[in-house]
Amino acid sequence: MEGADDFRPLLGRLSMIKVVFPDHLMQNTEGVRETEVDCDSYRSLVRELEKRWPGIEDVLAKTAVAINGQIYQDAWLETIEPSSEVFFMHRIEGG
Amino acid sequence: MAEAEDYKAIGTRPVRPDGVEKVTGRANFGADLTLPGMIHGKVLRSPHAHAHIKSIDVSGALSMEGVLAAVSGTDFPEQTDDLGRNVIARDKVLYHGHAVAAVAATTPLLAEQALDAIKVDYDVLEPVLSIDQAIADGATLVNEEMHTNGDASQPASNIAAITKFERGDPEQGFADADVVVEGEYRIPMAHQGYIEPHACTATINEEGKITVWCSTQGHFDVRTQTAAILGTSISKVKVIASEIGGGFGGKLTVYLEPLAVKLSELSNRPVRMVMNREEVFRATGPTSATWCKAKVGAKKDGTITAATAWLAYEAGAFAGAPVGPGCMSVLAPYDLENFSIEGLDVLVNKPRVAAYRAPGAPQAMHAMECAVDDLARELGIDPIDLRLKNAADEGTQAPYGPQFPAIGLKACLEAAKEHPNYKAPVPEGCGRGVASGFWFNIGMQSSAEVLIREDGTVTINEGSPDIGGSRASMCLMAAETLGIPYDRITAHVADTESTGYCNMTGGSRTTFATGMAVVQACEDIIAQCKERAAMTWDIDADQVDWDDGQAVPKPGVNADVDPLSLADIAKAWGRTGGPILGRASVNAQGAGAGFSVNFTDVAVDRETGKVDVKAYTAIQDAGRAIHPSYVEGQMQGGAAQGLGWALNEEYIYDDNGVMENAGFLDYRVPVASDLPMIDTQIVEVPNPTHPYGVRGVGETPITAPLAATSNAVRDALGFRVSELPFSPPRLLAAIDSHEG
Repeated sequence: MEGADDFRPLLGRLSMIKVVFPDHLMQNTEGVRETEVDCDSYRSLVRELEKRWPGIEDVLAKTAVAINGQIYQDAWLETIEPSSEVFFMHRIEGG
Repeated sequence: MAEAEDYKAIGTRPVRPDGVEKVTGRANFGADLTLPGMIHGKVLRSPHAHAHIKSIDVSGALSMEGVLAAVSGTDFPEQTDDLGRNVIARDKVLYHGHAVAAVAATTPLLAEQALDAIKVDYDVLEPVLSIDQAIADGATLVNEEMHTNGDASQPASNIAAITKFERGDPEQGFADADVVVEGEYRIPMAHQGYIEPHACTATINEEGKITVWCSTQGHFDVRTQTAAILGTSISKVKVIASEIGGGFGGKLTVYLEPLAVKLSELSNRPVRMVMNREEVFRATGPTSATWCKAKVGAKKDGTITAATAWLAYEAGAFAGAPVGPGCMSVLAPYDLENFSIEGLDVLVNKPRVAAYRAPGAPQAMHAMECAVDDLARELGIDPIDLRLKNAADEGTQAPYGPQFPAIGLKACLEAAKEHPNYKAPVPEGCGRGVASGFWFNIGMQSSAEVLIREDGTVTINEGSPDIGGSRASMCLMAAETLGIPYDRITAHVADTESTGYCNMTGGSRTTFATGMAVVQACEDIIAQCKERAAMTWDIDADQVDWDDGQAVPKPGVNADVDPLSLADIAKAWGRTGGPILGRASVNAQGAGAGFSVNFTDVAVDRETGKVDVKAYTAIQDAGRAIHPSYVEGQMQGGAAQGLGWALNEEYIYDDNGVMENAGFLDYRVPVASDLPMIDTQIVEVPNPTHPYGVRGVGETPITAPLAATSNAVRDALGFRVSELPFSPPRLLAAIDSHEG
């Protein structure tokens, strides 16, 4: 069992997702461009980010997000697979 | 996903359902509604580009016989956002043409005359009329409370926002390059140029219920915006969208509607307001004038090692230039390790910019696609081959962050390379230009109801105003899903009280997102029909299939029955539970990015500066073309608009900020005789997130023409002219200057 304990940090790492903020959001993240978050859904991601940077949830509500390349204007119901990449980005509207 | 040849309805080209009414003049556009007792509204507009309003006195107008109402900014609630401040000024006018008052009278002429009786006292300020002026040290401020990126610790500025994207080490990338090219490009403000001006009619009844008829790309947005400006609830506002004579992004926001409602309230009459063309130019939203710099470096074999872009966009008098999308699209066609992009949103005393077809992308992509063309020339590589070598593909990390899913850029480039028009030699005396185009496309929220009539024919109710033929594409997707002929289906754009919420027709979203809702509503119908058939046959619903427009027992089900068509089921629906309607609402995600490649041959008359477009070819990935003729029409329309922008269209201002060419005689959009037949080729790389593989197709077509034309003119002249448009005077001056 001691051996299994050794793997726990590694297992934890496998559920971490990479989150990248564009320049215009870095004023809400104390200058952080990229971070890692342990989460399994967009909702849990936002909750974790709000814990780290209070107030960011309101900003993210007006922001689009790409999860593994798929762009969402509103990803509230989306699940996030382990090792995913999440990019916040300007919301596109168009003409 | 099925292959194209498996479809019966999708990919066919039926006659458009709205065509006859439009060509016979029977269709009702924004200005066509007449109501009993209706009067006419007109707007008094600022003669100054920048001034404080000291006082407004409308009493002179109100004393005129036949003038029934007059309003100024103080008749509306204090406006807390830019939308309301743009609809009517209160303390300060920010551009020539900014609305300051409005009147309603029994005739349009009387309303015009009443405007002369309104007294406005201005304190005139120095206008800021260009990016250079706006960002210079000590510049006059358009908005004294504007701080860059909202940072109030810094002095106020005309730069509302700075956006940056970067990856890798561009400096090292340029150091590693064998060839580096750079350029600086300017494009003046341009208008969408829709034929139908803004128009609306508003009425308010004794219970305070407001009804607005208008030409708009989004009647639900008109409801939201009008209610907000008037300080009332959306539950009191009903909006009916008329047929629309073009929008291209310019009809996503209100200008007249809140004024018409207020005048109706004060006069107790329906009020119609129609802009003339001069007002459309001076007071609605064109797209940004831009000043862009692009730099790109590559190895001798064509591998691009670094690129940078600096993009400054005029926002007009309020923050919100489309520089964000410009930054995100400028390098989208390329797979790059090292780049940096900086974009500035700059206030000037000009009309507040509005969306214009792929907002922000054409100007930014013009800069980079010109630089890439110069790079190809320096390297001696075919411009398509250079683009293919560096093309973004599935898995490429887009400059704005995420990895692209399946995209069609390489397919478009390969199609261009093999196209007979590209293989043909460049005609004697002509130049040829190539450019790539890109737009994100979006999804957003849509609703649809599908109603079965008693005879089994079908009505679709949806909330997306039909600008580019969406009613036909909805009917085709419904026909494919239900398995019935296209001519048994009609589609109807319902008002805000008669269908579920729908975002605007814009962002190339309607066939994708509203189409998704229609398909799901049809699937709802099929599920109900299977239940009705099961009841009729005394079997379980899961023992019923829907095959080719009919309910049939599944293979192996022991039921000796005839298939039931929609008409059969409708005929007997009284016995099986009543009428049948299907509905669906979606917040559609996963709109697939659209790429294009355009190339053109042009001749330049060196004595007059006139450019003749000899040939134009547009190639675009549509995902799946639901109605190919409409897709081709979008491609041709985008090319025509882009050619107009590249060759002639521009706002020309005097030193006081007054537009000098506010009419179609002097603001020259292309007419049929200016253009060759625009050849099109649709590439189909299906978007896996849409049931039929749809990508948006409306905006991508305008993202390549500016650069393709610019590169062709450069090829014809032998030197680059970096400021658009290539109007004869500008081009002649450039030729004279170059030739000494």
